[in-house]
Amino acid sequence: MLIFSLSRRGRVNAAQAPRETELGPCVIPAEFLRTDPPPLPEISELDAVRHYTRLSQLNYSIDTQFYPLGSCTMKYNPRVANTLAMLPQFLALHPAALEDTGQGFLACMYELQEILKSVTGLAAVSLAPMAGAQGEFAGVAMIRAYHDARGDRARREILVPDAAHGTNPATAAMCGYTVREIPTDTSGDVDTAALAGAVGPQTAGLMLTNPSTLGVFERHIAEIERTVHSAGGLLYYDGANLNAILGKVRPSDMGFDVLHLNLHKTFSTPHGGGGPGSGPVAVSAELAPFLPVPIVEQHAEHYRLADETMRAQSIGRLSAHIGQSGVLLRAYVYARMLGTTGMRRVAEFATLNANYLMAELRKAGFEVAYPERRASHEFTVTLKALKERTGVNAMDIAKRLLDKGFYAPTTYFPLLVPECLLIEPTETESKQTLDAFVLAMKEILREAQTDPQLVKSAPHTTPVRRLDETKAARDLDLAWRPAASA
Amino acid sequence: MPFVPHTDEDIRAMLAAIGVESVEALFDEIPRSLRAHPLPELPPATNELEIVRLMHSRAEHDRRYRTFIGAGAYEHHVPAAVWQIATRGEFYTSYTPYQAEASQGTLQVLYEYQSMMTALTALAVTNASLYDGASALAEAVLMAVRTHKSSRRVLIPRTVHPSYRKTVRTIVKNQDIEIVELPYDLPRGHVDPQYLAEMELGDFAALVIPQPNFFGVLEPVDALTDWANARGALAIALVNPLSLALLKPPGRWGRNGADIAVGDGQPLGIPLSAGGPYYGFMACRKELVRQMPGRIVGRTVDAQGRTGFALTLQAREQHIRRSRATSNICTNQGLMVTASTIHMALLGPEGLRRVARVCHAGLSMLLGKLSAVPGVSRVFDAPAFHESALKFSVPAEDVLRALRARGILGGLSLKSDYPEIGDGVLVCVTETKTESDLSEYASHVARIVGDRFTPAPCAPNSAP
Repeated sequence: MLIFSLSRRGRVNAAQAPRETELGPCVIPAEFLRTDPPPLPEISELDAVRHYTRLSQLNYSIDTQFYPLGSCTMKYNPRVANTLAMLPQFLALHPAALEDTGQGFLACMYELQEILKSVTGLAAVSLAPMAGAQGEFAGVAMIRAYHDARGDRARREILVPDAAHGTNPATAAMCGYTVREIPTDTSGDVDTAALAGAVGPQTAGLMLTNPSTLGVFERHIAEIERTVHSAGGLLYYDGANLNAILGKVRPSDMGFDVLHLNLHKTFSTPHGGGGPGSGPVAVSAELAPFLPVPIVEQHAEHYRLADETMRAQSIGRLSAHIGQSGVLLRAYVYARMLGTTGMRRVAEFATLNANYLMAELRKAGFEVAYPERRASHEFTVTLKALKERTGVNAMDIAKRLLDKGFYAPTTYFPLLVPECLLIEPTETESKQTLDAFVLAMKEILREAQTDPQLVKSAPHTTPVRRLDETKAARDLDLAWRPAASA
Repeated sequence: MPFVPHTDEDIRAMLAAIGVESVEALFDEIPRSLRAHPLPELPPATNELEIVRLMHSRAEHDRRYRTFIGAGAYEHHVPAAVWQIATRGEFYTSYTPYQAEASQGTLQVLYEYQSMMTALTALAVTNASLYDGASALAEAVLMAVRTHKSSRRVLIPRTVHPSYRKTVRTIVKNQDIEIVELPYDLPRGHVDPQYLAEMELGDFAALVIPQPNFFGVLEPVDALTDWANARGALAIALVNPLSLALLKPPGRWGRNGADIAVGDGQPLGIPLSAGGPYYGFMACRKELVRQMPGRIVGRTVDAQGRTGFALTLQAREQHIRRSRATSNICTNQGLMVTASTIHMALLGPEGLRRVARVCHAGLSMLLGKLSAVPGVSRVFDAPAFHESALKFSVPAEDVLRALRARGILGGLSLKSDYPEIGDGVLVCVTETKTESDLSEYASHVARIVGDRFTPAPCAPNSAP
């Protein structure tokens, strides 16, 4: 039921609305005013609370289910990070008065910049980008600004492995680059011969996710680094999978010049049903002048925000204010709770969980896409053979998992692996949870062989069954409208 | 260690199942040289009590002020229920609703949000949010250019928030798009349609129309919309969504309405929170929906004919179209939109209208009190919503500093972005200010200005 159907004309929550007594006259001329009220719902406070509480209960979430969503790093989001980011003093800070009234907040931001420099090994950090995709944009814009500043304007091409996230080529296009895809070899590494043939004076840079979206560590990273750098290109690290190496390997040691981090993955800030994210960028010293503003600087005991007037070569602002402050506070709390020892273990236990789950699923009869490889923090299962045998495909398995009380792995990504499930357990899941997941997968495999229709028509226990997405796109219904005025 | 539940026995059993001796062996595909650099020392780990202590001390360092700053981020009362529900784990810790059957809560909230934003803007469709108002404006500029047959020029008045204009420039910089900044009429504080008609502006894809504009002044939106449309360009409305409970919605501007409306959703239930996270919204005419960036939710039916919700029109997006996508955006600001939807449902049309009315009345009252203060004047004389630019007879920085010492954030200095105004201050009043707050503001200003300013005998009165 939509909130609108609970509405009754004339109902007002007097407790939530301001008093209207003693108002002066409205001096806004009529030509600027609305003639009829917007058709918003008129609901009691109780009905609104009940409606949205009930809607929340229709969701699967990390707090209620195991969420093995590959490439998304759905680890536990510490409750205390939320509590502390929502302290009333932080919530009341006006973004235009941070230097005068937010020194405590800016201290957290400055220290977060320092922590991110340490874990990436790079020289400078900006917290400004509001999401991973905006961090990518900032990173590639810096690559372009760097080449332009050197007068090196012939570099018009960004190289992207074919296994990359869709954001990589989309970002390169937004920065005015053409995109050339580099194939992947049969063992899941970048095809280095193809790369060597692709680089040249037109190469601005290579965007690489390592470990890759296939869930394996790029073993030829040293050769790739030499190939790109010797052609004059820069190396961009897509931090989507940083959780796999956090505290273990620093991107700077692999030769990366610029990267973005997804704090909503690696630093455990909530995904919130699809945002807010946060995508800070880190760069080598050569690229530091181009970082997006503002940047938190420390002068004596005072923190200040360096803007474009103090950083003339900056690629500029990415938002109206300073970025996703509340998300950054949550990431800071998480980082301080982990400390050095905790941070060193993130990759270890994320990798242990992934390799254990991969081993157990293989024993259960599932085919992994790269059986000769170690899993990083995630791995790919291919259901091509199962589909040929039973008609049950990757989406069917994903939907049936919902019936078993688990969220689904990422499906049909990466595109290179046919009938693919990308599974990422994260370090915060216990062995018991992983064992329960394996058991569910075994049951589904048996069902696929004995009663494929049961799996193909899943889910059966969710609030709705499979949705008609064709109808959704064909008969567009994107907003409720009042019947009387339609 | 924090947040890792493994016992020693678990680790042993897991390693045995994998068939390796140690956790370190799982990293044997990574060249040894890369593993040779251990993480440098970070601050030591803290437990929950210690981090609570630390963060409380940081927060207490930042004492609370009565803020009269707006400038794109507005202090409003947010009902207690809004964030109690929005931070339920089921909303807070779920992800983008790819698996629709397990995400109907988030999907229905987004559909209801889209419905509410179309109600406020009087435009046919909206997306499920963008990062913030400034980046939403940049996306609208890109969308207009994609839509227009020939021109890659977009007109943006200087009455648009300076940071928004800077953000647009950053984002469109490498896409061969020309941004033309338009002047405003100085005594009025808005764009003069007559002046535009006389300017040689050539072909352009869109005109951005802020309402209210950065100065709080109401723009002649009907004339500007019609002027842009008559020139074959799109009208992009940049609006404060709260004001739309009171002001004419973009879909009704001029003869045909604005084509795209964007803005920052922060005034609808999102705390100031040091500048974010907020969210950007975007609404448009139905014909433009396939050019709109970001996630969109549609209502459909399930296999048994029951109503349900799903992401739709995904063929526009980066995970399908890669380098040919409408934008690289993938996340939106789902949690903020969840809070905003609950906020709008709790306040309803009448509650939001009252908030907007009280803000406007508060500004009027403050301006009335200040009109009696010598040495204070309004910069612009056109009607305003809940912000206004003031000038003082003494340096603005001195006034703001003295107010701060009294626990008041007195406004935003306009000096660096609008030097032509001189020493201006942008002041905002919302429903969070009582009449006594306004009286105190006025009396402090009178004292501060009076301390420094004594008009010569027989000098003209400097009050408005």
